[in-house]
Amino acid sequence: MNKYYMGIDIGSISTKGVIIDCDGNIIAKDYLWTEGNPINAVKKLVQSLYSSVGNINVVSVGTTGSARYLIGKILNASVIKNEITAHAIGTMSRVKDVKTIIEIGGQDSKIILIDNGVVVDYAMNTICAAGTGAFLSSQAKRLGVNIEEFGSIAKKSTNSPKLSARCSVFAESDLVHKLQMGYKKEDVIKGLCDSVVLNYLNNVGKGKKIKAPIVFQGGVSKNIGVKESFEKELNSEVIVLEDSHLMGALGIALIAKMSKIEKKFDFNIKDFNFITKGHECSKCANNCEVVQIFKDRELIDTYGNKCERGKIVS
Amino acid sequence: MKNKISFPNFGNYHYPIQVFLKKIFKTDIIVPKKTTKNTLEIGAKNSPDFVCLPFKYNLGNFIESLKSGANILIQAGGGCRYGYYGEVQEAILKDLGYNFTFINLMENGSFSIHKFYKEAKKYNKKLNIFTYYYHVLVTLYNIYNMDLIDRFVRRNVKYELSDGILLNIKKSHYKRILDKYGFINSLKNYYTTKHMMKCNILKDESQDSNLKICLLGELYSLIEEEASYNIESYLLKNHIEVRRYTDLTYLLITKRFNEKKLKRKAKDYVKYNLGADGLDNVAHALEVIDEGFDGIIHMKPFSCSPEISAVPILQKISKDKNIPILFLTFDSQYAKGAIETRIEAFIDMLNMRKDRDKNE
Repeated sequence: MNKYYMGIDIGSISTKGVIIDCDGNIIAKDYLWTEGNPINAVKKLVQSLYSSVGNINVVSVGTTGSARYLIGKILNASVIKNEITAHAIGTMSRVKDVKTIIEIGGQDSKIILIDNGVVVDYAMNTICAAGTGAFLSSQAKRLGVNIEEFGSIAKKSTNSPKLSARCSVFAESDLVHKLQMGYKKEDVIKGLCDSVVLNYLNNVGKGKKIKAPIVFQGGVSKNIGVKESFEKELNSEVIVLEDSHLMGALGIALIAKMSKIEKKFDFNIKDFNFITKGHECSKCANNCEVVQIFKDRELIDTYGNKCERGKIVS
Repeated sequence: MKNKISFPNFGNYHYPIQVFLKKIFKTDIIVPKKTTKNTLEIGAKNSPDFVCLPFKYNLGNFIESLKSGANILIQAGGGCRYGYYGEVQEAILKDLGYNFTFINLMENGSFSIHKFYKEAKKYNKKLNIFTYYYHVLVTLYNIYNMDLIDRFVRRNVKYELSDGILLNIKKSHYKRILDKYGFINSLKNYYTTKHMMKCNILKDESQDSNLKICLLGELYSLIEEEASYNIESYLLKNHIEVRRYTDLTYLLITKRFNEKKLKRKAKDYVKYNLGADGLDNVAHALEVIDEGFDGIIHMKPFSCSPEISAVPILQKISKDKNIPILFLTFDSQYAKGAIETRIEAFIDMLNMRKDRDKNE
């Protein structure tokens, strides 16, 4: 029987999943909104993957993204890894000689520098969320356009105004000001794309040597306007792969494959009822937030406690 | 009303400091509660928004202590905004309606140990200058021994026989500081702890290739673990050798005689003092690179100006010497996961680099 591997990337905004075969080819994939409920999103995702490939022999699961611990425990994953490593591995499997990975997701953005197949440096935004997908989508709402159309509208622009790239709040007030001055909507949208790029390069990309080939990925890479702004600013071609939004999921599936840890995955998981319960442990001044996960009223795991006192055993 | 003295938390140094204050003032000491996110919440609520993070933690400590009955507060200071903490915190707490006396150890813009003697004399009339300086020296010796133990743990944690044993032994060392006092006892305590630690490590070559990481940055983030999301313990638990120059021994003693040496070391990058620990961090980064460390983690609280000046220089060093440096900025945010993701990815990356270098 052939062996298959599943990788799931649960981000703040979207949940991505792939199933790969032994050679690393994607045989099933899906992308849906997390909508603030990672457990439901993953159940839907598993359902959708199941309906496209049927009950195949998935021997190992890997999870990454901000909800990786929770989902990893629920799916009984063999590897739970951070998204930076996952993204690097995923992209390197597609573009062998990649030197720079630009990743802009829902709430974070990162830059990964690669030299001869090894991650040599990376940076991630720390206390500022300007220039991420969440900012773009909130501005799309203000302008009354669909975030999916953002890129194609920006393409029409001929004369884009300069918007502040320092901070999302200032960018927003700049944007309102430009609209009131009478700029066309498409120009302002293009200006917004430019400001995301400038913010990224000034913030995350500060002091990093960006060398071609450059791969741009994450949800925002689907926005052609931002891609073109990057090309203009960096003076170099920027590659956006077809599955650019799935690279994290692909990477973690590959890591699961490399780990050689096999834990049979059961597609039935979608039929179980998972409940999480969070409480503040009050046994000492640390006040850890302890989370318990129940599978059909049976406690499967707890996490979040710093010490033994907060441990809850079933 | 009986005097009850309190002071802000600063890593594990509250052990020798509480003993010291007890000897000097001969009155009750309210040891500040362990710093938690609750401390930060109270502190941030009552602080100016853009002040640096240690200010918020310190203020939180003060408020917690005042609530448990303290009526004399002590604050030290340093060469950056830290020098103004005392005045501002006193004003904020007075505005909040607390009734207390504030002892500010800053005099004419610098930290003064002698000023503390004059202040202490007001409360303990029997105190004379000889006993005062005797206690200062014993306390410094206690702190020095604590730091030696800490450095030993950071260097040898990769050889420990069972997980976390060295950190546990370290805790027993602190307990003994409270029980026994004096030069001889401090020395005995140091040797007891060191002996226990040596019994629990086994130097074998398979561990020699573990990662080596240097922690640099602003002093409060480095020393008060809670303020830096326990990064150091996380590294130690993963059996990574850690180097951290900044500890109280360094700040109070070594730093005073070090400037020339540091400037010589960093002469290609910095020609003058950057304020606080800026120059020190640049020079130390160069030092650990020469020793073959795998990576550097630089941390600072949001808006720490000396460290902000050091960052571009460190970025240049990172590029010139081809060594990864992870820059972290802390603010009153509670997303521990975000910090963990970055540290985990950093360790992964260093391991990948190390494997590559080995294969070449």
